[in-house]
Amino acid sequence: MCLAVPMKVTSIQGDRARASLGDVEREIGIAMLPDVQVGDYVIVHAGFAIQHLDEQEALETLALFRGMAEVDDQDGRPS
Amino acid sequence: MRFLDEFRAPDAAQGMIERIHRLAARCGDVTFMEVCGTHTMSVYRHGIRRLLPPNVRMLSGPGCPVCVTPNTFLDRAVALARLRHFIVATFGDMMRVPGSSSSLREEKAWGCDVRVVYSTLEALAIARENPTRQVVFLGVGFETTAPTIGAAILEARATHVRNFSVLSAAKLIPPAMAALVAHPALRIHGFLCPGHVSVVMGTEPYEFLARDHGVPCVVAGFEALDILQGIVMLLQQVVERRAEVEIAYRRVVSPRGNPAARRILGDVFEASDSTWRGLGVLPRSGLCIKPELRDHDAGRFEVDVEPTREQAGCDCGDVLRGIKTPFDCKLFGKVCTPDDPVGACMVSSEGTCAAAWRYGRDLE
Amino acid sequence: MGGTLNRRAPAILLDHGSGGRASRRLVEETILPHLRNTLLDRLDDAAVLSLDAARLAFTTDSYVVDPIFFPGGDIGMLAVHGTINDLAMSGARPVALSAGFILEEGLPLADLDRIVASMARAAANAGVPIVTGDTKVVARGAADKIFINTAGIGLVPPGVDISGHHGRPGDAVILSGPIAEHGVAILSKRAGLSFASSCKSDTAPLAALVADMLDACPAIHSLRDPTRGGLAATLNELASQSRVRIEIDEAVIPISDAAASACEMLGIDPLHLANEGVLVALVPCEHAAGVVNAMHANPLGRHARVIGKVLDGDPLVVMRTMVGGKRIVALPSGQPLPRIC
Repeated sequence: MCLAVPMKVTSIQGDRARASLGDVEREIGIAMLPDVQVGDYVIVHAGFAIQHLDEQEALETLALFRGMAEVDDQDGRPS
Repeated sequence: MRFLDEFRAPDAAQGMIERIHRLAARCGDVTFMEVCGTHTMSVYRHGIRRLLPPNVRMLSGPGCPVCVTPNTFLDRAVALARLRHFIVATFGDMMRVPGSSSSLREEKAWGCDVRVVYSTLEALAIARENPTRQVVFLGVGFETTAPTIGAAILEARATHVRNFSVLSAAKLIPPAMAALVAHPALRIHGFLCPGHVSVVMGTEPYEFLARDHGVPCVVAGFEALDILQGIVMLLQQVVERRAEVEIAYRRVVSPRGNPAARRILGDVFEASDSTWRGLGVLPRSGLCIKPELRDHDAGRFEVDVEPTREQAGCDCGDVLRGIKTPFDCKLFGKVCTPDDPVGACMVSSEGTCAAAWRYGRDLE
Repeated sequence: MGGTLNRRAPAILLDHGSGGRASRRLVEETILPHLRNTLLDRLDDAAVLSLDAARLAFTTDSYVVDPIFFPGGDIGMLAVHGTINDLAMSGARPVALSAGFILEEGLPLADLDRIVASMARAAANAGVPIVTGDTKVVARGAADKIFINTAGIGLVPPGVDISGHHGRPGDAVILSGPIAEHGVAILSKRAGLSFASSCKSDTAPLAALVADMLDACPAIHSLRDPTRGGLAATLNELASQSRVRIEIDEAVIPISDAAASACEMLGIDPLHLANEGVLVALVPCEHAAGVVNAMHANPLGRHARVIGKVLDGDPLVVMRTMVGGKRIVALPSGQPLPRIC
């Protein structure tokens, strides 16, 4: 029920902003994220930014995933 | 970084699948419910079901707003579309959903002005461009979408766009989860909680499931690796005999959610009893527009709506409760197909039955 | 509008024109029953007729795209390339085209001029003349700006026998280039979905590419260009006509970042979107490498690759997903619609 994609905010005009996902750019509403800044990564659902995307958490999550690809102990946790 | 492809890396997926198999070997049969329809779509899109061990079953829950919207709403939307000076704007998901006797795509074929939009802001723009006509936006969705609907209503009021209104069918997810957990036939060992609903609402709404019902909950994202991680964490809770609400989707979900979004909800909507296809009337589970915003509430329009007819033999209700799979329904694949859908579960792009038809039909 | 609340008589819906299941049903249930004959029933892109010693390919197609001018092309260019391609998909060397115009009253002459000039350029570049045509005008509202029908004839060289029915277990499935470019270019201009994208239509004549492929392997079994309905529709048609199972690998299907991003945003499956400069070939596996090499030497085939294989089994298209799972690629039901849920 919540299709959303990560986009990067490229400019802000009042309660609208322009954001891009790779090469695709569109206008989005930012009423749900009043403190958004140019350069922020946000999650966009139905044309609105609904939350910031925390880059640090994203990197840690990816590291966690990669860690799971390694041999680990009996309990299924990374060694 | 695109934050998309990285979360589909095949080698990481392989490692996680192996971990799932190791954890699953340490518990009996488990059934996890993915509440959110977008999770259902993603599970099918990536073919995840076939990668899971045989004792781990994924059940699709009622988190498909189009599926749980009853015929009465569609019938009212059709009736409004048939009025000459009305324009009905809707998310694409609603176009093929059958009402009692028609659908929006058929009404469009017959000349009604029905327009697909990707965002409520586009519907607002249509209203600005057509000042002599009434634009009704079909407000279907859960807590993720409801603030976008609310924001459009607030902007319409602030900028005096009087010809913009919303027919609200927005619903709240936690009451549905409570109804599921209360059902005696249901045996759920864990919930994969909706990632983007949680972005708005935080994790507090799920606490009662872990605390009072002992059901593990993990808030997961939507990429393949996110879903696999969610399943790993649910299995870990099961194996360790824990029942907590954990966040896997940490790059966007925090326990407190998005207060600005909730403020919009509070300004525009109030909770009301709401009818869910398959679950009946759930108290305080729907969002209706507050009286002070009546000018933007399309519910105020008096229009002749045909008497509601629900389809006989349709098992959407049981499919939504997770009691039946699409393959258990006698109509699935025979009478009910995406070309000729009987119930909304087949017609909605993320309905459980549509997903099973498109992605899982012959592989089950 | 308004009035009766009863179900009206069945009528044509937009989904019937989208190349998916609804389109197939329309042809099979409403059109074919009246017109059956052995050539038509094959439902290949072109009919191949034997006349004395020659084999003549004959095809027709109508173009109703909106907008009529889009990134990378226009309706006229599409009309020329599309019919050339239908001939090429039978292995034919295109010989000549016709062009019929249905013009809506009020269409600016400058637009018509631009479109016809574009057709002339496309035809000249492809070396296929437009030798006959027709023009009709209808009242404002009775057509949408301009509709174009092009028909084409071509000659099929001896020894070439290409049809959607000829796929065989063991064949390699070859794709000539990145998918979804045209579909995304059109979507980006559709009202209500405004987004800026670098995607341009990939409309192009494929006859020369096909000729190169046939040089490398005259025994190609099937060729088809995945236009409306996308790769999903085309592979399902081939599987169904040849009565085989087709398996493809998601990880190797070429798609540009721009097209992939747009599809992610709108929740549309890129396999459902139209392509106008891409083809799919079913080639005996021992010749697959040779055909792909020949394609790489042609600008329209530089991203060509094997994306899957044909297997014995009931007609079905299955895709191995990026994370190693498997899912069915079904015939799309109707028009691709953006979703938010």
